[in-house]
Amino acid sequence: MKKLHKNFKFYIIIFLIPCSIGYLIFSLLPMISALYLSFTSWDVIGGTPNFIGAENYQNIFDGDEFYRVMGNTFKFIILYIPGIIISSFLVAILFDTKVKGVTGFRILLFIPVLTSWVAGSIIWKSALNGQYGLINNILGLIGIEGPGWLTDTKWSMVSVVLVSIWKDLGFFSLIIFGGLRGIDKTVYEAAEIDGANSFQTLRRITLPLVSPTLFFVLITTMINSFQLFPQVMVMTGGGPLGSTQVIVERIYTYGFKYFNMGYAAALSMILLIVIVSITIIQLILQKKWVFYE
Amino acid sequence: MNKKLKLKSLSVIAILFLITAVSLVPFLWMISTSLKNSSALMAVPIEWIPKKVSFDSFVKVLKELPFLKSLMNSVAITLGSTILTLVSSSLAAFIFAKFEFKFKNLIFILFLASMMVPIQVTGIPIFIILTKLGLNNSFIGVIAPSIFNVFAIFLLRQYMKNISNEFIEAALIDGANLFQVYLKIIVPMSLVPLTTLFVINFMSYWNDYFWPLIILTDPNKVTLPVLLSKLNTQYATEYNTLMAGSLVSMTPILVVYTFAQKYFIRGIQEGGIK
Repeated sequence: MKKLHKNFKFYIIIFLIPCSIGYLIFSLLPMISALYLSFTSWDVIGGTPNFIGAENYQNIFDGDEFYRVMGNTFKFIILYIPGIIISSFLVAILFDTKVKGVTGFRILLFIPVLTSWVAGSIIWKSALNGQYGLINNILGLIGIEGPGWLTDTKWSMVSVVLVSIWKDLGFFSLIIFGGLRGIDKTVYEAAEIDGANSFQTLRRITLPLVSPTLFFVLITTMINSFQLFPQVMVMTGGGPLGSTQVIVERIYTYGFKYFNMGYAAALSMILLIVIVSITIIQLILQKKWVFYE
Repeated sequence: MNKKLKLKSLSVIAILFLITAVSLVPFLWMISTSLKNSSALMAVPIEWIPKKVSFDSFVKVLKELPFLKSLMNSVAITLGSTILTLVSSSLAAFIFAKFEFKFKNLIFILFLASMMVPIQVTGIPIFIILTKLGLNNSFIGVIAPSIFNVFAIFLLRQYMKNISNEFIEAALIDGANLFQVYLKIIVPMSLVPLTTLFVINFMSYWNDYFWPLIILTDPNKVTLPVLLSKLNTQYATEYNTLMAGSLVSMTPILVVYTFAQKYFIRGIQEGGIK
């Protein structure tokens, strides 16, 4: 097939057209335009974009808001990423035990994943209500007075993290389970014969062998963290007192509520730079801990 | 030994039961709340099971609010997007998997790199482009971006690489053109990844929020998640209505899941092995 027949050229072009046009219109061109827009001031409704140099970026870095928003995102990341990876890993190990009936749990745990973020967040907004909500009433049964989960600035981001873990657990535990299933089980038998205890087996065999999957999970959850949006929009709207404002929520608010497209585009370029740098850093760091057979 | 094994099985089941129960309790709460009348919402202590079961909120959701309309919109948009993704990606994946041409690797790398660019970055310009084309507020505008889906191209290419060239060569000798090869050989032999991608994309387009929120402003055209979020602002504390809406909006995907759950589970598991 390596030989390129002349009349294949026509088909190659035809077959690649839909995706290539899609790439140009919905990826490359918008990226360049976003970069240009970020140096302009524009309200979409009237006129054309006004070139204003780096003013948008200057405003972003001069104000307090950007640092608060990044701080909020950082808070989310340090709670969410360890939380989701550890819990998914534990559940995946339980899935991998091959105990009868485990499949049923796999099916049921996937239901939060199927639920839309909007519906899931609405359910939790009600369940986390300080007075009439499910959670505080359950806590009340055992004599704990729960906080105002979504109205107390100390707890609002924690609530967003907990809801995100609830939503994603079924997904990432399946992904990691897929990785665990790919491990050749004779390795475990060999370790048992050599007298390794279960902690040693986990540390020396399971973790290295499943590390490519964990790497994928780490990259995905990190990117997701910066794209945090619907759960915040529905549950808190960024509040209370801006304690759950995050970058995508700001992009939406500036771009499509205040119609300040240039400012929103500048924020989105910063988001892009953050995501690309973190991905590159992780690709470099992976050499230190990810084990490919 | 056997006793130890039994104990292990039992504890595995017990822990999983606990985790699953915690995961699913909010849904029971949703059902319970949706069946309450407005005075029961504020009852202290809360009524775990409503004393008086009321279907008012469901009547409201289905009769007074454009839920059925949104449901149809969601079905149309989700199916349209999913099919568009599968067609365009399988065509490109076939070429990337089986042919050599100039700049092939460069194009593929550019495609892959675009995975890092989230819709929140490209969203503003795409919105402007579509507005210029008069396509904002239209189904075509919501569906169009799904023509380019790198993940789908990548997954299909990996799979199609393993289809033996002999099948293709034989068909070509018999006088088939490449389009016939694609339709009669490549597509039928790629049904496994195509089904996987169908369910994964169906789920993500069905639940998509950011993009339809931006592009659809006409209340008659919005999808279920967008309608729900609008209700959420409008009926902020009318939880019975909101819960009834959430429940109604979840039903279609749950029905699909009930019949096709093995494809969902298998598809995502396979993703972890790669």
